[in-house]
Amino acid sequence: MRLEVNNLIYRYHKKALPVLEEISFSMTNEERVGVAAPSGRGKTTLCKLIGGYLVPEQGEILLDGKSVMEYRGYCPIQMIWQQPELAVNPRLRMKEVLAEGDQIAERVIHGMGIEEDWLERFPTELSGGELQRFLIARALGQRTRFLLMDEITAMLDLITQSQIWNFLLQEVQERKIGLLVVSHSRPLLNQVCTRMLSVF
Amino acid sequence: MRTGFFGNRRRRMIFCLCIMILFLLGICVWGLCLEEAAKVTDFSRKNLSPCPAYLFGTDWMGRDMLVRTVRGLSLSIFIGILSAVISAGIALFFGTISAVMGHWVDGLVNGIIDLVMGIPHILLLLLISVALGKGVFGVVTGVALTHWPSLARLIRAEVIQLKESPYIQIAGKLGKGKGYVIRKHMIPHLLPQFIVGLVLIFPHAILHEASITFLGFGLSSEQPAVGIILSESMRYLVTGEWWLAVFPGLFLVLVVVLFYVSGENLRRLLSPGTVHE
Repeated sequence: MRLEVNNLIYRYHKKALPVLEEISFSMTNEERVGVAAPSGRGKTTLCKLIGGYLVPEQGEILLDGKSVMEYRGYCPIQMIWQQPELAVNPRLRMKEVLAEGDQIAERVIHGMGIEEDWLERFPTELSGGELQRFLIARALGQRTRFLLMDEITAMLDLITQSQIWNFLLQEVQERKIGLLVVSHSRPLLNQVCTRMLSVF
Repeated sequence: MRTGFFGNRRRRMIFCLCIMILFLLGICVWGLCLEEAAKVTDFSRKNLSPCPAYLFGTDWMGRDMLVRTVRGLSLSIFIGILSAVISAGIALFFGTISAVMGHWVDGLVNGIIDLVMGIPHILLLLLISVALGKGVFGVVTGVALTHWPSLARLIRAEVIQLKESPYIQIAGKLGKGKGYVIRKHMIPHLLPQFIVGLVLIFPHAILHEASITFLGFGLSSEQPAVGIILSESMRYLVTGEWWLAVFPGLFLVLVVVLFYVSGENLRRLLSPGTVHE
Protein backbone atom coordinates (compact mmCIF):
# COMPACT_ATOMS: atom_id res chain seq x y z
CA MET A 1 0.00 0.00 0.00
CA ARG A 2 1.11 3.52 -0.69
CA LEU A 3 0.39 6.56 1.46
CA GLU A 4 0.58 9.85 -0.42
CA VAL A 5 0.38 13.34 1.03
CA ASN A 6 -0.03 16.11 -1.52
CA ASN A 7 0.37 19.86 -0.93
CA LEU A 8 -1.09 19.79 2.56
CA ILE A 9 -2.04 23.14 4.07
CA TYR A 10 -3.62 23.52 7.48
CA ARG A 11 -4.35 26.38 9.86
CA TYR A 12 -6.20 26.26 13.16
CA HIS A 13 -7.98 29.60 12.71
CA LYS A 14 -8.91 31.41 9.56
CA LYS A 15 -6.62 34.36 10.27
CA ALA A 16 -3.75 32.39 11.80
CA LEU A 17 -0.56 31.54 9.95
CA PRO A 18 -0.65 28.05 8.48
CA VAL A 19 0.81 25.38 10.75
CA LEU A 20 1.60 23.23 7.74
CA GLU A 21 2.47 24.73 4.39
CA GLU A 22 2.51 22.77 1.18
CA ILE A 23 3.66 19.51 2.67
CA SER A 24 4.11 16.61 0.28
CA PHE A 25 5.63 13.19 0.70
CA SER A 26 4.83 9.58 0.11
CA MET A 27 5.70 6.28 1.76
CA THR A 28 4.92 2.60 1.42
CA ASN A 29 3.83 0.15 4.09
CA GLU A 30 7.32 -1.32 4.22
CA GLU A 31 9.01 1.91 5.19
CA ARG A 32 9.60 3.42 8.59
CA VAL A 33 9.75 7.18 8.26
CA GLY A 34 11.02 9.48 10.98
CA VAL A 35 9.85 13.05 11.59
CA ALA A 36 11.84 15.37 13.80
CA ALA A 37 11.19 19.07 14.35
CA PRO A 38 11.14 21.51 17.26
CA SER A 39 7.95 21.97 19.30
CA GLY A 40 5.07 23.76 17.69
CA ARG A 41 6.00 23.03 14.08
CA GLY A 42 2.97 20.88 13.46
CA LYS A 43 4.22 17.33 13.88
CA THR A 44 1.14 16.28 15.84
CA THR A 45 -1.07 18.24 13.46
CA LEU A 46 0.44 16.31 10.57
CA CYS A 47 -0.33 13.02 12.33
CA LYS A 48 -3.92 14.08 13.05
CA LEU A 49 -4.41 15.13 9.43
CA ILE A 50 -3.07 11.84 8.05
CA GLY A 51 -5.08 9.89 10.62
CA GLY A 52 -8.22 11.68 9.47
CA TYR A 53 -8.87 13.49 12.78
CA LEU A 54 -8.58 16.90 11.13
CA VAL A 55 -9.72 18.08 7.72
CA PRO A 56 -7.00 19.84 5.70
CA GLU A 57 -7.65 23.29 4.32
CA GLN A 58 -6.02 22.28 1.06
CA GLY A 59 -4.35 19.23 -0.32
CA GLU A 60 -5.15 15.57 -0.04
CA ILE A 61 -4.08 12.41 1.73
CA LEU A 62 -4.38 9.32 -0.43
CA LEU A 63 -4.15 5.68 0.47
CA ASP A 64 -3.64 3.71 -2.72
CA GLY A 65 -5.22 6.59 -4.59
CA LYS A 66 -8.29 6.80 -2.34
CA SER A 67 -8.77 9.71 0.09
CA VAL A 68 -8.51 8.70 3.76
CA MET A 69 -11.64 10.68 4.55
CA GLU A 70 -13.60 8.25 2.38
CA TYR A 71 -12.75 5.23 4.51
CA ARG A 72 -15.76 4.04 6.47
CA GLY A 73 -15.38 1.49 9.25
CA TYR A 74 -11.92 0.44 10.36
CA CYS A 75 -9.29 2.87 9.13
CA PRO A 76 -6.06 1.19 7.89
CA ILE A 77 -4.13 4.20 9.21
CA GLN A 78 -4.10 4.21 13.00
CA MET A 79 -2.64 6.92 15.19
CA ILE A 80 -1.19 6.47 18.65
CA TRP A 81 -1.67 9.64 20.65
CA GLN A 82 0.92 11.43 22.67
CA GLN A 83 -1.27 11.55 25.80
CA PRO A 84 -2.53 8.02 26.52
CA GLU A 85 -4.87 9.28 29.28
CA LEU A 86 -7.00 11.12 26.72
CA ALA A 87 -7.20 8.20 24.34
CA VAL A 88 -9.17 5.89 26.64
CA ASN A 89 -12.61 6.16 28.17
CA PRO A 90 -12.00 6.34 31.95
CA ARG A 91 -15.15 4.30 32.56
CA LEU A 92 -14.11 1.21 30.61
CA ARG A 93 -11.96 -1.61 31.94
CA MET A 94 -8.77 -2.24 30.00
CA LYS A 95 -10.08 -5.44 28.43
CA GLU A 96 -12.98 -3.46 26.97
CA VAL A 97 -10.52 -0.85 25.70
CA LEU A 98 -8.55 -3.59 23.95
CA ALA A 99 -11.75 -5.10 22.57
CA GLU A 100 -12.39 -1.86 20.66
CA GLY A 101 -9.48 -2.77 18.37
CA ASP A 102 -9.57 -5.16 15.46
CA GLN A 103 -8.82 -8.74 16.61
CA ILE A 104 -5.71 -8.07 18.64
CA ALA A 105 -3.45 -11.13 18.60
CA GLU A 106 -2.46 -12.76 21.89
CA ARG A 107 1.14 -12.40 20.68
CA VAL A 108 0.81 -8.60 20.53
CA ILE A 109 -0.56 -8.40 24.07
CA HIS A 110 2.32 -10.47 25.42
CA GLY A 111 4.84 -8.64 23.28
CA MET A 112 3.78 -5.27 24.68
CA GLY A 113 4.43 -6.60 28.18
CA ILE A 114 0.79 -6.34 29.25
CA GLU A 115 0.15 -8.39 32.37
CA GLU A 116 -2.95 -10.51 32.88
CA ASP A 117 -4.30 -8.62 35.90
CA TRP A 118 -4.07 -5.23 34.16
CA LEU A 119 -6.95 -6.28 31.93
CA GLU A 120 -9.42 -6.00 34.82
CA ARG A 121 -8.28 -2.53 35.85
CA PHE A 122 -9.58 0.90 34.98
CA PRO A 123 -7.33 3.34 33.08
CA THR A 124 -6.83 5.49 36.20
CA GLU A 125 -5.31 2.48 37.96
CA LEU A 126 -2.47 2.21 35.43
CA SER A 127 0.58 4.40 34.93
CA GLY A 128 1.06 6.38 31.73
CA GLY A 129 3.56 3.86 30.41
CA GLU A 130 1.34 0.88 31.16
CA LEU A 131 -1.57 2.62 29.49
CA GLN A 132 0.49 3.44 26.41
CA ARG A 133 1.27 -0.27 25.90
CA PHE A 134 -2.45 -0.97 25.70
CA LEU A 135 -2.93 1.79 23.15
CA ILE A 136 -0.11 0.51 20.97
CA ALA A 137 -1.57 -2.98 21.18
CA ARG A 138 -5.05 -1.66 20.35
CA ALA A 139 -3.71 0.06 17.22
CA LEU A 140 -2.02 -3.14 16.02
CA GLY A 141 -5.25 -4.66 14.74
CA GLN A 142 -5.41 -7.11 11.83
CA ARG A 143 -6.34 -4.50 9.25
CA THR A 144 -3.83 -1.83 10.28
CA ARG A 145 -1.46 -0.90 7.43
CA PHE A 146 0.10 2.32 8.70
CA LEU A 147 0.85 3.47 12.23
CA LEU A 148 1.35 7.10 13.16
CA MET A 149 3.35 7.25 16.36
CA ASP A 150 3.30 10.64 18.00
CA GLU A 151 6.02 10.67 20.66
CA ILE A 152 4.77 7.36 21.95
CA THR A 153 7.64 6.46 24.23
CA ALA A 154 8.64 9.89 25.50
CA MET A 155 7.24 9.15 28.96
CA LEU A 156 8.90 5.75 29.35
CA ASP A 157 12.20 4.75 30.89
CA LEU A 158 14.91 3.51 28.54
CA ILE A 159 14.55 -0.18 29.34
CA THR A 160 10.81 -0.15 28.69
CA GLN A 161 11.35 1.94 25.56
CA SER A 162 13.75 -0.59 24.11
CA GLN A 163 11.46 -3.48 25.07
CA ILE A 164 8.52 -1.88 23.30
CA TRP A 165 10.47 -0.83 20.22
CA ASN A 166 12.10 -4.25 19.84
CA PHE A 167 8.77 -5.97 19.71
CA LEU A 168 7.18 -3.26 17.59
CA LEU A 169 9.90 -3.36 14.94
CA GLN A 170 9.71 -7.11 14.70
CA GLU A 171 5.92 -6.98 14.41
CA VAL A 172 5.74 -4.26 11.74
CA GLN A 173 8.42 -5.92 9.64
CA GLU A 174 6.61 -9.24 9.72
CA ARG A 175 3.20 -7.77 8.96
CA LYS A 176 4.43 -5.05 6.61
CA ILE A 177 3.03 -2.11 8.52
CA GLY A 178 4.35 1.33 7.60
CA LEU A 179 5.48 3.56 10.47
CA LEU A 180 5.53 7.33 10.69
CA VAL A 181 7.53 8.03 13.82
CA VAL A 182 7.44 11.47 15.40
CA SER A 183 10.04 12.10 18.06
CA HIS A 184 12.38 14.66 19.55
CA SER A 185 15.03 12.04 19.97
CA ARG A 186 17.34 11.81 16.96
CA PRO A 187 19.15 8.71 18.25
CA LEU A 188 15.82 6.87 18.50
CA LEU A 189 14.81 7.88 14.98
CA ASN A 190 18.22 6.92 13.61
CA GLN A 191 17.87 3.49 15.11
CA VAL A 192 14.23 2.83 14.24
CA CYS A 193 13.62 4.45 10.87
CA THR A 194 14.62 3.57 7.35
CA ARG A 195 14.60 7.24 6.31
CA MET A 196 13.93 10.70 7.63
CA LEU A 197 11.35 13.13 6.40
CA SER A 198 12.65 16.64 5.81
CA VAL A 199 9.49 18.65 5.32
CA PHE A 200 9.73 20.92 8.37
CA MET B 1 -8.33 -1.10 54.66
CA ARG B 2 -11.31 -1.88 56.88
CA THR B 3 -13.64 -4.45 55.48
CA GLY B 4 -16.71 -4.57 57.77
CA PHE B 5 -20.18 -4.07 56.34
CA PHE B 6 -19.95 -0.34 56.97
CA GLY B 7 -16.20 -0.40 56.38
CA ASN B 8 -15.94 1.82 53.35
CA ARG B 9 -17.66 5.06 52.56
CA ARG B 10 -19.28 3.66 49.46
CA ARG B 11 -21.14 0.99 51.44
CA ARG B 12 -22.18 3.53 54.07
CA MET B 13 -23.43 5.89 51.40
CA ILE B 14 -25.42 3.21 49.62
CA PHE B 15 -26.95 2.19 52.97
CA CYS B 16 -27.93 5.79 53.82
CA LEU B 17 -29.29 6.27 50.32
CA CYS B 18 -31.48 3.18 50.65
CA ILE B 19 -32.87 4.40 53.98
CA MET B 20 -33.66 7.80 52.49
CA ILE B 21 -35.36 6.31 49.48
CA LEU B 22 -37.36 3.95 51.71
CA PHE B 23 -38.43 6.87 53.91
CA LEU B 24 -39.54 8.96 50.94
CA LEU B 25 -41.30 6.03 49.33
CA GLY B 26 -42.93 5.20 52.65
CA ILE B 27 -44.35 8.71 52.96
CA CYS B 28 -45.55 8.54 49.38
CA VAL B 29 -47.37 5.21 49.81
CA TRP B 30 -48.71 6.05 53.26
CA GLY B 31 -50.06 9.32 51.88
CA LEU B 32 -51.82 7.50 49.03
CA CYS B 33 -53.65 5.28 51.56
CA LEU B 34 -54.74 8.33 53.56
CA GLU B 35 -56.67 10.12 50.82
CA GLU B 36 -60.02 9.90 52.63
CA ALA B 37 -58.65 10.05 56.16
CA ALA B 38 -57.12 13.45 55.45
CA LYS B 39 -60.55 14.95 54.83
CA VAL B 40 -62.31 13.51 57.92
CA THR B 41 -63.55 16.25 60.18
CA ASP B 42 -64.60 15.70 63.78
CA PHE B 43 -65.55 18.76 65.79
CA SER B 44 -65.39 16.90 69.07
CA ARG B 45 -61.59 16.87 68.84
CA LYS B 46 -60.81 20.27 67.35
CA ASN B 47 -57.75 22.37 68.25
CA LEU B 48 -55.99 19.64 70.24
CA SER B 49 -52.33 20.29 70.87
CA PRO B 50 -49.92 17.41 70.10
CA CYS B 51 -50.69 14.40 72.33
CA PRO B 52 -50.05 10.64 72.09
CA ALA B 53 -53.30 10.08 70.18
CA TYR B 54 -52.69 12.91 67.70
CA LEU B 55 -48.94 13.32 67.42
CA PHE B 56 -49.14 16.49 65.35
CA GLY B 57 -52.32 17.77 67.03
CA THR B 58 -55.59 18.61 65.24
CA ASP B 59 -56.83 21.73 63.49
CA TRP B 60 -59.92 23.93 63.86
CA MET B 61 -62.09 21.39 62.06
CA GLY B 62 -60.77 18.48 64.07
CA ARG B 63 -58.67 17.02 61.25
CA ASP B 64 -55.67 14.94 62.28
CA MET B 65 -52.59 16.99 61.34
CA LEU B 66 -50.31 13.96 61.10
CA VAL B 67 -52.55 12.47 58.44
CA ARG B 68 -52.84 15.79 56.61
CA THR B 69 -49.09 16.38 56.73
CA VAL B 70 -48.27 12.93 55.34
CA ARG B 71 -50.93 13.29 52.67
CA GLY B 72 -49.62 16.77 51.77
CA LEU B 73 -46.03 15.56 51.61
CA SER B 74 -46.95 12.63 49.42
CA LEU B 75 -48.77 15.01 47.10
CA SER B 76 -45.70 17.25 47.08
CA ILE B 77 -43.35 14.35 46.36
CA PHE B 78 -45.61 13.14 43.57
CA ILE B 79 -45.73 16.59 41.96
CA GLY B 80 -41.99 16.98 42.53
CA ILE B 81 -41.16 13.70 40.81
CA LEU B 82 -43.51 14.31 37.91
CA SER B 83 -42.27 17.82 37.21
CA ALA B 84 -38.61 16.92 37.75
CA VAL B 85 -38.87 14.06 35.26
CA ILE B 86 -40.55 16.25 32.64
CA SER B 87 -38.08 19.04 33.30
CA ALA B 88 -35.07 16.73 33.00
CA GLY B 89 -36.54 15.31 29.79
CA ILE B 90 -36.78 18.79 28.30
CA ALA B 91 -33.21 19.50 29.45
CA LEU B 92 -31.91 16.29 27.86
CA PHE B 93 -33.66 17.06 24.58
CA PHE B 94 -32.53 20.68 24.29
CA GLY B 95 -29.04 20.04 25.62
CA THR B 96 -28.42 17.22 23.17
CA ILE B 97 -29.83 18.82 20.03
CA SER B 98 -28.04 22.06 20.73
CA ALA B 99 -24.71 20.23 21.08
CA VAL B 100 -25.23 17.84 18.18
CA MET B 101 -26.78 20.23 15.64
CA GLY B 102 -24.67 23.30 16.46
CA HIS B 103 -25.00 26.45 14.33
CA TRP B 104 -28.34 28.25 14.57
CA VAL B 105 -29.99 25.51 16.68
CA ASP B 106 -27.33 26.02 19.32
CA GLY B 107 -27.88 29.77 19.18
CA LEU B 108 -31.63 29.40 19.46
CA VAL B 109 -31.48 26.97 22.41
CA ASN B 110 -28.97 29.20 24.20
CA GLY B 111 -31.28 32.14 23.61
CA ILE B 112 -34.22 30.26 25.15
CA ILE B 113 -32.07 29.18 28.10
CA ASP B 114 -30.97 32.77 28.75
CA LEU B 115 -34.56 33.96 28.40
CA VAL B 116 -35.94 31.46 30.92
CA MET B 117 -33.04 31.97 33.30
CA GLY B 118 -33.38 35.76 33.03
CA ILE B 119 -36.87 35.75 34.55
CA PRO B 120 -37.07 34.90 38.28
CA HIS B 121 -38.29 31.30 38.66
CA ILE B 122 -41.13 32.03 41.00
CA LEU B 123 -42.54 34.78 38.79
CA LEU B 124 -42.52 32.71 35.61
CA LEU B 125 -43.87 29.72 37.49
CA LEU B 126 -46.69 31.81 38.88
CA LEU B 127 -47.62 33.20 35.46
CA ILE B 128 -47.63 29.77 33.81
CA SER B 129 -49.62 28.19 36.63
CA VAL B 130 -52.27 30.94 36.58
CA ALA B 131 -52.46 30.93 32.78
CA LEU B 132 -53.11 27.18 32.80
CA GLY B 133 -55.83 27.41 35.43
CA LYS B 134 -53.79 26.48 38.52
CA GLY B 135 -54.34 23.00 39.97
CA VAL B 136 -51.96 20.06 39.63
CA PHE B 137 -51.69 20.55 35.85
CA GLY B 138 -50.75 24.22 36.15
CA VAL B 139 -48.22 23.63 38.89
CA VAL B 140 -46.52 20.65 37.21
CA THR B 141 -46.31 22.45 33.86
CA GLY B 142 -45.03 25.59 35.53
CA VAL B 143 -42.32 23.81 37.50
CA ALA B 144 -41.33 21.64 34.54
CA LEU B 145 -41.00 24.62 32.19
CA THR B 146 -38.89 26.69 34.57
CA HIS B 147 -36.38 24.20 35.98
CA TRP B 148 -34.71 22.74 32.90
CA PRO B 149 -32.24 25.43 31.76
CA SER B 150 -29.33 24.76 34.11
CA LEU B 151 -29.43 21.00 33.47
CA ALA B 152 -29.76 21.62 29.72
CA ARG B 153 -26.66 23.81 29.84
CA LEU B 154 -24.75 21.12 31.70
CA ILE B 155 -25.76 18.40 29.24
CA ARG B 156 -24.94 20.60 26.26
CA ALA B 157 -21.46 21.29 27.60
CA GLU B 158 -20.90 17.60 28.34
CA VAL B 159 -22.01 16.43 24.91
CA ILE B 160 -19.83 19.04 23.16
CA GLN B 161 -16.85 18.00 25.24
CA LEU B 162 -17.54 14.30 24.61
CA LYS B 163 -17.87 14.79 20.86
CA GLU B 164 -14.41 16.33 20.74
CA SER B 165 -12.72 13.92 23.13
CA PRO B 166 -9.96 11.83 21.54
CA TYR B 167 -11.25 8.47 22.74
CA ILE B 168 -14.55 8.96 20.92
CA GLN B 169 -12.81 10.07 17.73
CA ILE B 170 -10.49 7.07 18.01
CA ALA B 171 -13.45 4.71 18.43
CA GLY B 172 -14.72 6.04 15.09
CA LYS B 173 -11.38 5.33 13.43
CA LEU B 174 -11.41 1.83 14.92
CA GLY B 175 -14.55 1.23 12.93
CA LYS B 176 -17.06 1.56 15.76
CA GLY B 177 -20.43 2.87 14.64
CA LYS B 178 -22.55 5.67 16.10
CA GLY B 179 -24.64 3.16 18.06
CA TYR B 180 -21.59 1.73 19.79
CA VAL B 181 -20.21 5.18 20.61
CA ILE B 182 -23.53 6.32 22.05
CA ARG B 183 -24.03 3.10 24.03
CA LYS B 184 -20.51 2.58 25.33
CA HIS B 185 -19.11 6.10 25.55
CA MET B 186 -21.87 8.71 25.62
CA ILE B 187 -24.59 7.21 27.81
CA PRO B 188 -22.34 5.89 30.60
CA HIS B 189 -20.86 9.37 30.81
CA LEU B 190 -24.09 11.35 30.60
CA LEU B 191 -26.43 9.13 32.60
CA PRO B 192 -24.96 9.81 36.06
CA GLN B 193 -25.00 13.57 35.43
CA PHE B 194 -28.54 13.31 34.15
CA ILE B 195 -29.79 11.27 37.12
CA VAL B 196 -28.08 13.52 39.64
CA GLY B 197 -29.44 16.59 37.86
CA LEU B 198 -32.90 15.05 37.93
CA VAL B 199 -32.74 14.22 41.64
CA LEU B 200 -31.45 17.69 42.44
CA ILE B 201 -34.45 19.26 40.65
CA PHE B 202 -36.83 17.51 43.12
CA PRO B 203 -36.17 19.73 46.15
CA HIS B 204 -36.56 22.88 44.04
CA ALA B 205 -39.74 21.56 42.50
CA ILE B 206 -41.23 20.66 45.88
CA LEU B 207 -40.32 23.99 47.45
CA HIS B 208 -41.69 25.93 44.49
CA GLU B 209 -44.87 23.91 44.47
CA ALA B 210 -45.35 24.62 48.19
CA SER B 211 -44.55 28.30 47.82
CA ILE B 212 -46.92 29.06 44.95
CA THR B 213 -49.62 27.01 46.64
CA PHE B 214 -48.99 29.01 49.81
CA LEU B 215 -49.39 32.22 47.82
CA GLY B 216 -52.69 30.94 46.42
CA PHE B 217 -51.64 30.38 42.80
CA GLY B 218 -51.14 26.64 42.96
CA LEU B 219 -53.23 23.71 44.10
CA SER B 220 -56.84 24.32 45.09
CA SER B 221 -57.65 24.70 48.74
CA GLU B 222 -59.54 21.42 49.22
CA GLN B 223 -56.35 19.47 48.52
CA PRO B 224 -54.29 18.92 51.66
CA ALA B 225 -51.02 20.18 50.14
CA VAL B 226 -48.30 21.42 52.45
CA GLY B 227 -48.56 24.90 50.93
CA ILE B 228 -52.31 25.01 51.69
CA ILE B 229 -51.79 23.70 55.24
CA LEU B 230 -49.16 26.37 55.89
CA SER B 231 -51.17 29.22 54.43
CA GLU B 232 -54.32 28.24 56.35
CA SER B 233 -52.41 27.85 59.58
CA MET B 234 -51.24 31.46 59.34
CA ARG B 235 -54.65 32.61 60.62
CA TYR B 236 -54.41 30.39 63.70
CA LEU B 237 -50.81 31.07 64.64
CA VAL B 238 -51.77 34.22 66.58
CA THR B 239 -54.14 32.23 68.75
CA GLY B 240 -51.29 29.99 69.82
CA GLU B 241 -51.87 26.93 67.62
CA TRP B 242 -48.23 26.62 66.69
CA TRP B 243 -48.40 22.91 65.81
CA LEU B 244 -50.46 23.64 62.69
CA ALA B 245 -47.46 25.21 60.98
CA VAL B 246 -44.43 23.80 62.75
CA PHE B 247 -44.79 20.07 61.98
CA PRO B 248 -45.82 20.31 58.33
CA GLY B 249 -43.14 22.95 57.79
CA LEU B 250 -40.46 20.89 59.50
CA PHE B 251 -41.35 17.79 57.52
CA LEU B 252 -41.34 19.72 54.26
CA VAL B 253 -37.81 20.88 55.06
CA LEU B 254 -36.84 17.33 56.04
CA VAL B 255 -38.09 15.88 52.74
CA VAL B 256 -36.32 18.60 50.76
CA VAL B 257 -33.07 18.02 52.65
CA LEU B 258 -33.35 14.26 52.17
CA PHE B 259 -33.77 14.66 48.43
CA TYR B 260 -30.84 17.05 48.31
CA VAL B 261 -28.57 14.78 50.33
CA SER B 262 -29.57 11.74 48.24
CA GLY B 263 -28.70 13.70 45.11
CA GLU B 264 -25.31 14.68 46.48
CA ASN B 265 -24.60 11.10 47.58
CA LEU B 266 -25.60 9.79 44.17
CA ARG B 267 -23.25 12.29 42.57
CA ARG B 268 -20.38 11.10 44.72
CA LEU B 269 -21.22 7.46 44.03
CA LEU B 270 -21.39 7.88 40.28
CA SER B 271 -18.57 10.29 39.50
CA PRO B 272 -15.35 8.52 38.47
CA GLY B 273 -13.22 10.76 40.68
CA THR B 274 -14.74 9.46 43.92
CA VAL B 275 -16.01 6.08 42.77
CA HIS B 276 -13.27 4.10 44.50
CA GLU B 277 -13.57 5.71 47.93
